[in-house]
Amino acid sequence: MSGSTAPAIELAGVTKRFGDVQALAGVDLQVEPGTVYGLLGPNGAGKTTAVRVLTTIIRPDAGRAEVLGLDVTTHPERVRASIGLAGQYAAVDEQLTGRENLRLVGQLCHQPRAEVVRRADELLERFSLTDAGDRPLKTFSGGMRRRLDLAASLVHRPPVLFLVEPTTGLDPRSRQDLWDLIRELVADGTTLLLTTQYLEEADQLADRIAVIDHGAVIADGTAAELKAQMGATVLEVAFADVATAHSALETVAGVAPGAEVDGIAVRAPVDDGARRAMDVLRALDGAGIDVAGLTIREPSLDDVFLKLTGRRAEEDLDPDAPAVADPRPTADVAAQGGSR
Amino acid sequence: MTTTATGHVAAEARPEAAEVADGSKLAWAARDTAALVKRNLLHYTRVPQLLVFTFVQPIMFVLLFRYVFGGTIQIPNVAYVDYLMPGIFGQIVVFGATSTAIGLAEDMGSGIIERFRSLPMVRLSVLAGRTGADFVRNTGVVVVMLIVGVAVGFRPKGGAIAIAAACLLVLAFAFALSWIMALVGLKVANAEAAQAVAFPMLFPLTFASAAFVPVNSMPGWLQVFAAHQPVTVVVNAARGLMLGPEVAADLERYGVFNTSTTGYVLQSVAWIVAILAVFVPLAVRQFNRS
Repeated sequence: MSGSTAPAIELAGVTKRFGDVQALAGVDLQVEPGTVYGLLGPNGAGKTTAVRVLTTIIRPDAGRAEVLGLDVTTHPERVRASIGLAGQYAAVDEQLTGRENLRLVGQLCHQPRAEVVRRADELLERFSLTDAGDRPLKTFSGGMRRRLDLAASLVHRPPVLFLVEPTTGLDPRSRQDLWDLIRELVADGTTLLLTTQYLEEADQLADRIAVIDHGAVIADGTAAELKAQMGATVLEVAFADVATAHSALETVAGVAPGAEVDGIAVRAPVDDGARRAMDVLRALDGAGIDVAGLTIREPSLDDVFLKLTGRRAEEDLDPDAPAVADPRPTADVAAQGGSR
Repeated sequence: MTTTATGHVAAEARPEAAEVADGSKLAWAARDTAALVKRNLLHYTRVPQLLVFTFVQPIMFVLLFRYVFGGTIQIPNVAYVDYLMPGIFGQIVVFGATSTAIGLAEDMGSGIIERFRSLPMVRLSVLAGRTGADFVRNTGVVVVMLIVGVAVGFRPKGGAIAIAAACLLVLAFAFALSWIMALVGLKVANAEAAQAVAFPMLFPLTFASAAFVPVNSMPGWLQVFAAHQPVTVVVNAARGLMLGPEVAADLERYGVFNTSTTGYVLQSVAWIVAILAVFVPLAVRQFNRS
């Protein structure tokens, strides 16, 4: 790829409506070649709809969507030859073996027969699936399945890769393995757009992050920039009940500006967690308010959301949704859940 | 948002991906379809229940009608087993057509069609691969059922060419039905719903037909439907061809047939062409839309 400054992926004012649901309400984003871009948001925010537009699966109602300078609506075939799609809902065939799945994708990418065979073996080895390659996928563990899914998206060596919630539902160990694999891919110069519900995942993998909500980008920047907005750490003080939390808010906010009530807790973004915690406890003790619990932690997507939108991301977040949750692209289903 | 130069970074990154001439596109469509036919057929080797549904069920119908009900059904001048077997072929392919709906609905539900849509393949091969696989499966079932038929006493006298022609006619009808069921599968998008929609459509077509009993044994109001619906037409065409012109003439004389074998064959071809002409475009439109 040339060292051109044109973005590898670009959305400009893209809208998409399914029935009553405005899935995308004018999304703008640009991904530089060879970088990783994280699209962060809760379920239903529009992340997946944005990916479906960019991967030519659905057409946008308005706006411009380009991959490698090619408009997805006017050159869908050329776009498809340059992209790979993997993740939560781009499924593989349960009944076929790992090798058969990869060969099928190779054939459908119009590779020569010898290349189809060679590439499948190569990918099985690279993704540590050689031993399992001749077993049907239904015998695979969740982590193996995701690895094969990722391998399937790489068969035709696409320069641009889309990963939809690549590690949702995986155990921590498998998640770490998959992250390592993704980092290797990126080191090869692949441009990657990934969607996730986890700030940690975006933080681990992405050069830039866009936070998306109700079909629009509400913040974007590097992970460091987003965290700087949040403060380095989050201080969370729990109380006996909601009423106590509300009565304690003023006291906490006096020491830690930006504090907000969340259920029975008050939380505040702070720069210096330990010192600020002592200040807060001292102030609460002075005010005669009992504290039920105290936590100092890294900011989460939830904190970003509370900060940016004033409401919790978890309201419609469903990390336990089945791995293939409702991708059915019929009009009526898409209307309810277009961006699972 | 910064506005960058409108350079086209890697439009040339994969030259083979450039839009291709129509001729090679057709060749790719054939290759993609073949790859997906193979994929769909592999499922039969992995899911034994599919094989049971495909082969055991029609054999049970043969045994049921040959040995349980058959004794009470009298056809003038024709052994019931000879009357029955062409009807069984019709019943197999009509019931079997549900598998097109179920297969497509499952693929839609699992998300694998989303992956196919993101690949540089010819998209409509997804539909052709499914109906093609069902055509291959139906061919296998028809051959097996011919053998089963002979084993239970089926002795067609129409000659090899006419029997082969009858099988082809039944298979062509099955292929047309597959496209109706493809539309059903794409619309409902889950396997249970596909079955729930397909079965009430196919059940009366199969049983209110000439497949198992002569239409002229039914009450008059039912004959109006049964005599003209496509399963009767196709089954009687296959029956006339397989059993030979003498038997066909007898059947016509006794009112079991209401036209000649040729008449049934022509009507069958008309039905097949009409179904394909309506439902292939509808299924393709539904696939592109969803």
